[in-house]
Amino acid sequence: MFELSGRTALVTGASGDIGRAIARALHQNGASLALSGTRKEALGALAAELGDNVHILPCDLADPVAVEQLVPAAEAAMGRLDILVNNAGLTRDNLALRMKDEEWDLVLAVNLTAGFRLARAALKGMVKRRFGRIIGIASIVGVAGNPGQTNYAASKAGMIGMCKSLAAEVAARDVTVNCVAPGVIESAMTRALDERQKSALVGRVPMGRLGRPEDVAAAVVYLASPEAAYVTGQSLHVNGGMAMI
Amino acid sequence: MSDVAERVKKIVIEHLGVDADKVTDDANFIEDLGADSLDTVELVMAFEEEFGVEIPDDAAESIVTVGDAIRFLDKATAS
Repeated sequence: MFELSGRTALVTGASGDIGRAIARALHQNGASLALSGTRKEALGALAAELGDNVHILPCDLADPVAVEQLVPAAEAAMGRLDILVNNAGLTRDNLALRMKDEEWDLVLAVNLTAGFRLARAALKGMVKRRFGRIIGIASIVGVAGNPGQTNYAASKAGMIGMCKSLAAEVAARDVTVNCVAPGVIESAMTRALDERQKSALVGRVPMGRLGRPEDVAAAVVYLASPEAAYVTGQSLHVNGGMAMI
Repeated sequence: MSDVAERVKKIVIEHLGVDADKVTDDANFIEDLGADSLDTVELVMAFEEEFGVEIPDDAAESIVTVGDAIRFLDKATAS
């Protein structure tokens, strides 16, 4: 099940906690990888840990020129691109009344616009070859909203809508486009919270714990796999029951 | 048949998987050759790649038959 041998995947934000777990899981299931992110050292360490069939393609997704070059670079490194995981994301939290245009723009540019550009570039080859998997890492916040995160929530809701439209456009070519929407996951993003905030969050999760990056990665592996061929335009919520949608 | 016409028809035959004798100048991509909207976009991209030209969206919309494509590309490659 979920065999990915012979498949090639590009994971953005691979130097983060969730991205790293996604990369490990795809690689474990046989995929060749292109790891992208802004922290070269972290990417290098992950590549060294994974071993064979791993390429490092550092990229700042806030830079539109660099974004345009990323998919062609991945295709050049691996021969073609079968699986795109739009995982990279950042936060610039602020109450809307205090939010700067720059905070809004940066979050939308990296979390949403870059993902669209990468998908557009990747689809060219996928549509031609009649196979592809595009997976966006969205968030429960994109569906439920969250105070202080108008920019982040808008970017994640945007990603969900974008994936659905893309899915409808390319379904006839056996290219699937889906989202994984994590709830609260143990990562640098949540480590930044204090204990009180964290226990308040856990209190909202029926499963009584934060999610692990591996929980998210397993959902990505499934959506990337041949077994998920008939699943498209969906959001798979991985949130311990925090929201049942 | 001109060189451009030959290359255009080859792309259409390969991409849409249709018989060569169906790919006449007045064959309509969607009505006669069974293309869907994504096929027409893919064909335009294949023409752009083959002939090294850019086909703007409004021009692409006016290319509905094989002959339209040949005439556009004849002109685009001549200039």
